[in-house]
Amino acid sequence: MAVTSSSRDARIGQRGDQVFSLIVRACAWVVIALLVGLVALLVLDSLESIGRFGFSFLTGSEWNPVETEVNPVEFGAAPFIFGTVVTSIIGLLLATPLALGSALFVSEYAPRWLGTPVAFIVELLVAIPSVAYGLWGLFVLVPFMRDRVDPFLQKYIGPVPIVGQLFSGPSVGQHLLTAGIILAIMILPTILSISREIIAQVPRLQKEGMLALGATKWETLRFAILPYARGGIVGAAMLGLARAIGETMAVTMVIGNSSSKISASLFTPGYTIASAIANQFTEADTSIYFSAVVELGLVLLLVASTFNVLSRLLVKRITRLPGGAHA
Amino acid sequence: MDAESDKMAQAVQVNSAPAARKAMFSAEQGRYLRRKALSAFVAGLVTSLTIISVMILVIIVAYIFVNGIGSINLDFFTQIPKPYGEVGGGIAQAITGTIMMLIVAGIIAIPVGIGTAIYLAEFGHGWFAEVVRFTLDLLAELPSIVIGVFVWALLVRYVTGYSGIAGSVALAVIMTPIIARSVEEILHLVPDTLREAALALGTPHWRVVLSVVIPTVLPGILTGVVLSLARAAGETAPLLLTALGNAFFNFDLTQPMAAIPLQIYSYAISPYDDWHHKAWAATLILVIVVAVFSAAVRFFTGRLRYES
Amino acid sequence: MNPEINIAPLPISPLASARVIPEQDRARELETRNLSAFYGKTKVVEDVNLKFSPNIITALIGPSGCGKSTLIRCLNRMHEVIKGAYATGEVLLDGENIYAPEADPVRIRRRIGMVFQKPNPFPTMSIYDNVIAGLKLNAGRQRGVNYDEIVESALRSVALWDEVKDKLRSSGIALSGGQQQRLCIARAIAVEPEVLLLDEPCSALDPIATLKIEELLQELCNRYTIILVTHNMQQAARVSDMTAFFLADERRIGRLIEYGPTREIFTRPRDKRTEDYISGRFG
Repeated sequence: MAVTSSSRDARIGQRGDQVFSLIVRACAWVVIALLVGLVALLVLDSLESIGRFGFSFLTGSEWNPVETEVNPVEFGAAPFIFGTVVTSIIGLLLATPLALGSALFVSEYAPRWLGTPVAFIVELLVAIPSVAYGLWGLFVLVPFMRDRVDPFLQKYIGPVPIVGQLFSGPSVGQHLLTAGIILAIMILPTILSISREIIAQVPRLQKEGMLALGATKWETLRFAILPYARGGIVGAAMLGLARAIGETMAVTMVIGNSSSKISASLFTPGYTIASAIANQFTEADTSIYFSAVVELGLVLLLVASTFNVLSRLLVKRITRLPGGAHA
Repeated sequence: MDAESDKMAQAVQVNSAPAARKAMFSAEQGRYLRRKALSAFVAGLVTSLTIISVMILVIIVAYIFVNGIGSINLDFFTQIPKPYGEVGGGIAQAITGTIMMLIVAGIIAIPVGIGTAIYLAEFGHGWFAEVVRFTLDLLAELPSIVIGVFVWALLVRYVTGYSGIAGSVALAVIMTPIIARSVEEILHLVPDTLREAALALGTPHWRVVLSVVIPTVLPGILTGVVLSLARAAGETAPLLLTALGNAFFNFDLTQPMAAIPLQIYSYAISPYDDWHHKAWAATLILVIVVAVFSAAVRFFTGRLRYES
Repeated sequence: MNPEINIAPLPISPLASARVIPEQDRARELETRNLSAFYGKTKVVEDVNLKFSPNIITALIGPSGCGKSTLIRCLNRMHEVIKGAYATGEVLLDGENIYAPEADPVRIRRRIGMVFQKPNPFPTMSIYDNVIAGLKLNAGRQRGVNYDEIVESALRSVALWDEVKDKLRSSGIALSGGQQQRLCIARAIAVEPEVLLLDEPCSALDPIATLKIEELLQELCNRYTIILVTHNMQQAARVSDMTAFFLADERRIGRLIEYGPTREIFTRPRDKRTEDYISGRFG
């Protein structure tokens, strides 16, 4: 009868719901387990290196995988950390004005028919894989730096006291500065995208209040828009920084990858933490070497994630951050 | 009332003391030109910065196109690399390797990603769901080399060695948060009234989701999946530490496997000119596939902002 | 159709004629000719011809969607601030067309001030700085100018001085809605505009604050030409000397239907549509 079959349906429905609910919950748990497992494994496998080198892992400059009579095995990642810091900062310094300027252009200056395509074009940069940037960097940017930019910088800024130190020494084109420039290109669309959203959220009433008093476009920007957008733009820059820190392939192809001492010149080749991992992992045959490489990964994880979370705090209202970390 | 209106009237007149006003207005004239000039300067600056940004993209794409187009021929797609130094050959094994690893990665990532998205959209209203979302966001932003190190430590060292399956797992880890986040967004676009209508007819919840909600947004889900595949196809670093790469055809997932980005990398850092040309060509293919695909998909779904 | 309603020079309502206004203080005459407004391709206001009399309050009334807010924003070139929006026709401030190609919106807005529907004091500035914000922008920091005096007189003009004189340095947004709006009016008049536009200034305020502002406006029109958009007919009847009634046609394009002395509009309207609106038959 109708009643019986519908109650049978109801029971199937109920069981179906239970199974369904279980399955999707399991998926969610897998995701959590993934993150937890990832962090746990990295920590666990780093323990050997942490135990043996402790804090000097971060401060020491000797990266000696091979045990010799004179030098014991020692892993000090300071040059890598230095390389990461310097290249990321250069990237940030170059990218932020470009991104902010473009964001302002698209949001405040350009009419819709111009602004939207321009934003689209610049944001397409995100879709280009990291290795493509590396290739272009290696075969186009590096020679360009070596032949044109570096001599120029050395000639005109070299003689300036203190600042000139940055551009001293011979240049083969593959060095920290080039890596910084490539990173700037790669994080530009990220900062642009978020800045655009932030600027769009400035209340219209504030802008119009300024304009109605007879303010010029720049004054409206300066007194109504930028004060509101300041926090979010810093957040955007932080996300760009987080991505620059984690970037591997493009950097490794232009940075020279030589374990140099920490020096003042931007023309020295170097490593970043990420490029060190990419270059060393095949050599990691001993247990301690392996542990050291994993510890590098752990450091990268912690630093990049910290900036990521900080960025999110500053950019609270935007629910999803754009682009992705190609490496 | 009257006292107040008197005061107001008085105040209005104080403000209009002619001498003070005159001084103010003559100062305005002088400043006006300077303010306009400053505003124009900023406008010029902003425009220049934008032009530079656009030019960067144009230059890079132009180089890739010009340098890559010359080396693309049939051999490129059908042959494997020749031994060191010999001219000729192609990246066929890298193409098959990429395709294989993407398929396996998809098999892992798509169900987990969609399942998580369904959980978040249909069940996720508490603190646990927030934790899941936060986790997804963190995972999505992890440097991909860290994911490579993770799979390297987890599988490569003791379990599978450098292998295609390890590469697939790494790619799956990258793809899952992307799929989960974009599918969740899409599911949220389905109005609750649709769900309620189906539920009111006595349909069990699981059927509502599978037979009503998902089919409604299938194109959107496909988009999310395709985008994540495009992204995974371009990843190099995680594959470096897991699949390692291979100069020969290999269909065995337990062995090192080639991938297009890996091939580009090894060609690029080699000393051979011919291999450099091939690196450009492979990059061109990769950029066309990855970038144009992503852009076109986004363009046609009306979302002109780049999101992943 | 929209007959050009031309009123003889300087029609002064009984209220205004009671005041003696020195020549240099007489506010400027504002006139629109064939003014139409667009958002992108959509026309929302068509062919408005209106002459605003100086030193009186003119109210723009009509049901929502009739284009009155759009129109008032055209009067100080704020309409075009929205992307894709523009206006055609002429708006003459004392004979000069503010939409002429060589006209600069920045200067126009300095001379034609605006108060918005929702109070918008600048949140990062104190009350004191809010009042002189426009002055500092336009004239910069002037030596020898007594800003304290200007702030005090502007705040007295809006009957806010006694309430805030002890907290001039505190934030502009720490005030109540009515106080904030009066602050915005003080800010607008501190730069001594020639015309003051108010777009539904009381719609976000309670009745007491509304009344205070209405009184304020009646004092202020001694010095300024005031144009007021309001959706509240009673307010228009209470406060204004002249009233213009707008209505959107079936294509959603707003037009001027009738314009005349407030008393006449509300007791003996000439157009049936005006009469319907006044008597509450719609809108």
